[in-house]
Amino acid sequence: MGGYERGNFNSRLILMGHSYARGPSANWEGLHSLTEASFTAPRVSREDLEKRLLSGSRAERGTETAIHLLLLGATVISIATTLGIVFVLVNESFRFFQDVSIIEFLTGTVWTPRFQPSLFGVLPLVAGTVLVATIAILVAAPVGLFTAIFLSEYAPDRFRRIVKPMLEILAGIPTVVYGYFALTFVTPLLQQYIFPDMIIFNALSAGLVMGVMIIPIVSSLTEDAMLAVPRSLREAAYALGATRFEVATRVVTPAALSGIVAAIILGLSRAIGETMLVTIAAGATPRLTIDPRESIQTMTAYIVQVGFGETPQGTTIYYTIFAVALLLFVMTLAMNILGQWVVRRWRQAY
Amino acid sequence: MEPTTSDDVRSVSAEQFHSSLRGRRLIGNAAVVLFFLSTLVGLATLAALIIDILIDGLPWIDWDFLSTYPSRRPADAGLRSALFGTLWVGGLTALFTFPIGTATAIYLEEYAPRNKLTQLIEVNISNLAGVPSIVYGLLGLAVFVFLLGMGRVIIAGALTLTLLVLPLLIVAGREAIRAVPDSYRQGSLALGATRWQTVRHVILPSALPGILTGTILAMSRAIGEAAPLLAISGLVFVTFTPGHPFERFTVLPIQIFNWVSRPQLDWQHVTAAAIIILLLVLLSMNSIAILLRDRFQRRSEE
Amino acid sequence: MATATAISASPALSVRGLNLFYGDFQALKDVNLDIPPRKITAFIGPSGCGKSSLLRCMNRMNDLIRTARVEGEVLFHGENVYAEETDPTEIRFRIGMVFQKPNPFPKSIYGNVAFGPKLAGYRGDMGALVERCLRQAALWDEVKDRLKDSAYKLSGGQQQRLCIARTLALDPEVILMDEPCSSLDPIATLAIEELMRELAPNYTIALVTHNMQQAARVSDYTTFLTVDDQRSGYVVEFGETGGIFSRPKEKATEDYITGRFG
Repeated sequence: MGGYERGNFNSRLILMGHSYARGPSANWEGLHSLTEASFTAPRVSREDLEKRLLSGSRAERGTETAIHLLLLGATVISIATTLGIVFVLVNESFRFFQDVSIIEFLTGTVWTPRFQPSLFGVLPLVAGTVLVATIAILVAAPVGLFTAIFLSEYAPDRFRRIVKPMLEILAGIPTVVYGYFALTFVTPLLQQYIFPDMIIFNALSAGLVMGVMIIPIVSSLTEDAMLAVPRSLREAAYALGATRFEVATRVVTPAALSGIVAAIILGLSRAIGETMLVTIAAGATPRLTIDPRESIQTMTAYIVQVGFGETPQGTTIYYTIFAVALLLFVMTLAMNILGQWVVRRWRQAY
Repeated sequence: MEPTTSDDVRSVSAEQFHSSLRGRRLIGNAAVVLFFLSTLVGLATLAALIIDILIDGLPWIDWDFLSTYPSRRPADAGLRSALFGTLWVGGLTALFTFPIGTATAIYLEEYAPRNKLTQLIEVNISNLAGVPSIVYGLLGLAVFVFLLGMGRVIIAGALTLTLLVLPLLIVAGREAIRAVPDSYRQGSLALGATRWQTVRHVILPSALPGILTGTILAMSRAIGEAAPLLAISGLVFVTFTPGHPFERFTVLPIQIFNWVSRPQLDWQHVTAAAIIILLLVLLSMNSIAILLRDRFQRRSEE
Repeated sequence: MATATAISASPALSVRGLNLFYGDFQALKDVNLDIPPRKITAFIGPSGCGKSSLLRCMNRMNDLIRTARVEGEVLFHGENVYAEETDPTEIRFRIGMVFQKPNPFPKSIYGNVAFGPKLAGYRGDMGALVERCLRQAALWDEVKDRLKDSAYKLSGGQQQRLCIARTLALDPEVILMDEPCSSLDPIATLAIEELMRELAPNYTIALVTHNMQQAARVSDYTTFLTVDDQRSGYVVEFGETGGIFSRPKEKATEDYITGRFG
């Protein structure tokens, strides 16, 4: 059973779609045990090491310090990126909120920044985002969970070895490609068989395709959580006369629940931040609706719409995109932190 | 044993169990079918997507399509500027990401003290990986394009994508470094090598293939991105081959986005053809990553 | 070599010509054995002799290991456990098992005991059944006020007794115990041993143990297994515990018991 810690969970998510990036590690383990057995280097304590380092020549120490600072400098870029994002979003939003009150922005139900009268109520964009993300998670949560159950509890090893990388390809396909697929394949299909009078740009097909796109996120993280459930619990259930299905649903799934919930939250966060797919397929009509057949606009799609219009710097419209992006950033950050918290808080110590 | 008051409570009898098992088996079998079909949903969609794109786009691909500039007429439209843009942006992104990402990974694995600050940096990096890519686009727009006055040029796009994919490479790099056995480090340090000498001569050579694989993956992520670059470059009509990093640019995903919502059927073919090219570029990069890993694995098995 | 000794007219379990393979490796060779009903039968032998594997053959737990293959028969009420038409789920319902390390589910104490009956569609008074089983496992007084607490809040010994209670909740005829005390301290071990003696008049218990004193203390019958030069396990001797420990028939048994090998 692999360790199931927060660190692993995150790298799993970040390296999603690139399972082979982790390929060599298994190999290293073999090498490791080999060297452990045959390589009898004296165990060196940390203090010893420090002493050795300090005993080096002055020039050596100078190089060490310079290198240390250089590496630290590179690391600081990550911190600077976060600070930069927060600063830019807050700073530019601040200018926007000089023109439009934050209350109007957060509670207004009409979003017409490009028309007269200009109204800046962000709720239609939020509603559009939530609508598409909800459709997506309604697809990805059950399908991802069932896929994970099948792969971890039923599938023979060979099947899993073939299917898992293929699923992860889904996570590696550029989202413009999904946009094309939703617009030219899924929408006509839905129009032909289910909703004949649905318009071309709609929340439904964008949401459905996005759901498929995040299946590997949900299934992969869920499967990791299930594989971390110890064999002894499965055996206990089998020994009590449970069927395979009951072992999977009454023991493994509840035991892996924190991982499953986190997987769904992180999938949802990905759906909320997804941009090109919804820009291409869901429309450009800010609208407060829960009807998935309608054309809507998401927060991300609005940012792109104004962004590619080469809106001149300094206008109120230019600053709207930062205010919307700030809200988007806060929403996704909150969900990511929530996901990590769920894993940590409910992690089962077996 | 305790004197029990409820000794007469009997559990399920074997007969009851036997008769209930039929229904339970039935539910179980139905569920397996459901689980299996769910697994197929992702695979079937992938297949439908690829087939759909091949049917729409394959007949459209020829040398002219690759070597001509975009046009207002679908029959004349080509990918030349987008291909060069992708090459420039992808190449520069890899060039920037590799040293920064590797250095960060080395710092976090080999140098950083185990304290709250390091923990904060780690949490920060994993949160950065969850920030929507369009937000990076706005960061680049405000900082590189306007604040530093670079304008809407290749280098601004590459720097933006560098920040975007950096967490990916840092995580991959750390895994590669962590996979180097501790005995290597201890052996080297015991021979009197300094920490940097150990990193330079022992750890980096062992971890390099993993780091390179991570770099290629980061690059392929960058090449597929459209949203942040749209914020940087806008939907620009580029009919020249960029010769240096301070020129305006377009890339494959932006070109695809540009073409995708045009209603005429011919544009749909053009779009699908461009998607095929984009997927081919990504496929070949991922193949290189896999080859790299395999070669490395074989070497370490010898 | 192994001989099937007829102890009672109708043994609880009969093993006939059993061979167990993991892939190409033969783990057990030609095992013949009758396990007497309502008694404790201990299985001892050097590590790797297949005593745990033998136990897991009896309720078909080895089915869960993909490479495992069984030849021969295990007869339970005259029916072969390995027959085509036998459902392993039913076998496991009637033959309970307790494992080396306590493995309660991440559920409440109550939920652990109720798990089996709930799956099996028990319609009676669940509270009363749970109480009966916890009393039988000598755990009731310690947990009666906190049945809703997580099972993980219990000590290791309590967890193991909970696992026994969980098994009892299905009224099994046979309970297979696979080194149930190996991860417990001496006091908790003693409690489990006492519990086994209390259960013995009503249940057939098969006990794998690496601890010869334990086998001598609690069991009525003892089976001694060892390995041949291909590392395959086989039964050397079976008999009443007193006899095995004081007058072993086989040299190998005597060597093992007196500590000359193993």
